[in-house]
Amino acid sequence: MARGKYDIKAFPGFLPMTILCLVILYAPLAVVTIYSLNDSNSITNWEGVSFRWYADVFTGPESEKFKIAAWNSFTIAIIAATVSTTIATLAATAMVRGGRFKLRTVSFGLISLPLMVPEIVTAVATLIFFNSIGFTRGYLTILVAHIAFCIPFAYMPISARMQGIEDTYEQAAMDLYATKRQAFTKILMPLMLPGIISGYILAFIISLDDFIITNFVKGAGVETLPTAIFGSVKQGIKPNIMAISTMLLAVSIIMVTISYFVSKSDNTK
Amino acid sequence: MSDKEIIAIDVRDAVKRYGDFTALQRISLSIYDNEFFTLLGPSGCGKTTLLRMIAGFEDVTEGAIFLFGDEIENLPPNKRPVNTVFQNYALFPHMSITENVGFGLEMRGKSKSDARKRAGEMLELVQLSQFADRKPSQLSGGQQQRVALARALAPQPKVLLLDEPLSALDLKLRQAMRFELKELQRETGITFIFVTHDQEEALTMSDRIAVMSAGEMQQLGEAKDIYERPHNMFVADFIGETNLLEVSVDQITNGRAICHLGGGHELTCSEVEGIGVGANVHMSVRPERLFLSDEPTESESLKGTIRDNIFVGTDIQTIIDLADGPKMIVRTSNSDRGNKRIFEPGAAAYVNMEAEAARLLVD
Repeated sequence: MARGKYDIKAFPGFLPMTILCLVILYAPLAVVTIYSLNDSNSITNWEGVSFRWYADVFTGPESEKFKIAAWNSFTIAIIAATVSTTIATLAATAMVRGGRFKLRTVSFGLISLPLMVPEIVTAVATLIFFNSIGFTRGYLTILVAHIAFCIPFAYMPISARMQGIEDTYEQAAMDLYATKRQAFTKILMPLMLPGIISGYILAFIISLDDFIITNFVKGAGVETLPTAIFGSVKQGIKPNIMAISTMLLAVSIIMVTISYFVSKSDNTK
Repeated sequence: MSDKEIIAIDVRDAVKRYGDFTALQRISLSIYDNEFFTLLGPSGCGKTTLLRMIAGFEDVTEGAIFLFGDEIENLPPNKRPVNTVFQNYALFPHMSITENVGFGLEMRGKSKSDARKRAGEMLELVQLSQFADRKPSQLSGGQQQRVALARALAPQPKVLLLDEPLSALDLKLRQAMRFELKELQRETGITFIFVTHDQEEALTMSDRIAVMSAGEMQQLGEAKDIYERPHNMFVADFIGETNLLEVSVDQITNGRAICHLGGGHELTCSEVEGIGVGANVHMSVRPERLFLSDEPTESESLKGTIRDNIFVGTDIQTIIDLADGPKMIVRTSNSDRGNKRIFEPGAAAYVNMEAEAARLLVD
């Protein structure tokens, strides 16, 4: 290739750097996945392949706790993703299609700021907020908190998608006798769908694996998977934790894969 | 041909302001039924703004717009029986070609099967039936353009608006589409309002042209009129190629103005209203209305020296410096080479013209 020495692959240290990054990122995940299949009561001694710890998650002494936690986690993730994606879609429509209104920059800042605020600060603030309005902590407080912090995550892919859709499509629809509502539902919504699905999946994953905020706002006895896992780990790491972590990892991988194929199937092409 | 008894679009004193900026300054014009009407001007002249005001995408700051006698400037776009062909076509990317073309009909309450049937007919008209089930991105630019036309014509609008629809096509296709558009207008009998910055496009297709600049209408007339009898400097300069010379008017008799230009040359021009004796104005004469000779042949002959000959395909373009005066450009058709001499650079020659060819312009 004529690119030759300008090719990034030719930079000194490119290969070692790449390998180092990959090892740091993925070696722990690989270890957890492999040891989840360990047929041993210890987490460090390898004693052959077995699915006993996966069975233990569903039938073992802690299975009841994990089942309830998983139910809480998934229902909260689904509701939070649905509500926050809806709000984010409306916000993106207003921001991208609203023209140049006053405080547009401020609005954008307000929507995206939660991404940059340290999560512990949001957690404390949310806790104080619930306390001060006298809300009893429990399932509902977790749900409300999740809806709130998922909005900016859902907003980003939706607004990025919308910026790529020229407003002449809606104009053409209205020129062809569509009402404003029809132009939105028949033209803009289908074109935005890949962005909306990406936003939904992102919000879902963020909600599913949130620990800090959840830990602060959950009531006594109400657990989600991450808090339940954390609770178990405090009493010592058992191999069933590796199994449950591997299953969570699988859910994330499936969601990311869906997101990848959705973004590839661009319906404007 | 257009029907001058019936006015399709009547723009009355339309003004468009964006804050302090005036995009359109009090435009009034009437567009006849069944007419191919063109708004021509450079970018930023307000032609697209005017088109979008007729379509309903921009509100009218002052004034009124009538469509076959009905006032429409306060109606939303979906309540106006006019359709637009957009510059980038704006075909709905997630819909098939048939769904695109049938969209307007469905929105007007036609059943899905009726809309499909009519869409099929429209696709036949633009010769794209075999692409009915494809997506817009699977079509070439020229085909997308024809789909956009079919989509806008399918609901049988009273007026079709075209916003520089040919600008994205390559030259050959653009020239072919000019002819097709003109044919389509004749076949359908629908009034076309066409926006372009391309003067050749405007001249070849239009029944009438409105030349616009800086938010004002400069001249309105038939193509031939605009080309041969430009009112002012802008129109003469913008449409076609021309020689613009500074002259001062010495005498006016019988609609002819005797003028002189730099170097003591004297010239008789056809007179334009509003220009009096003593005025310093510009004169325009088209290069193809001039011819060269050894000796003066017409009453209007100017002496000069040939500077250069430039071959431009169909024509030879000769640049001649008038003695102590400005330069002029003369176009000689290549097919005339047999009987018209080509003067070599450095040779002395006379530039000849008829008095009607030289026109005085208001600034």
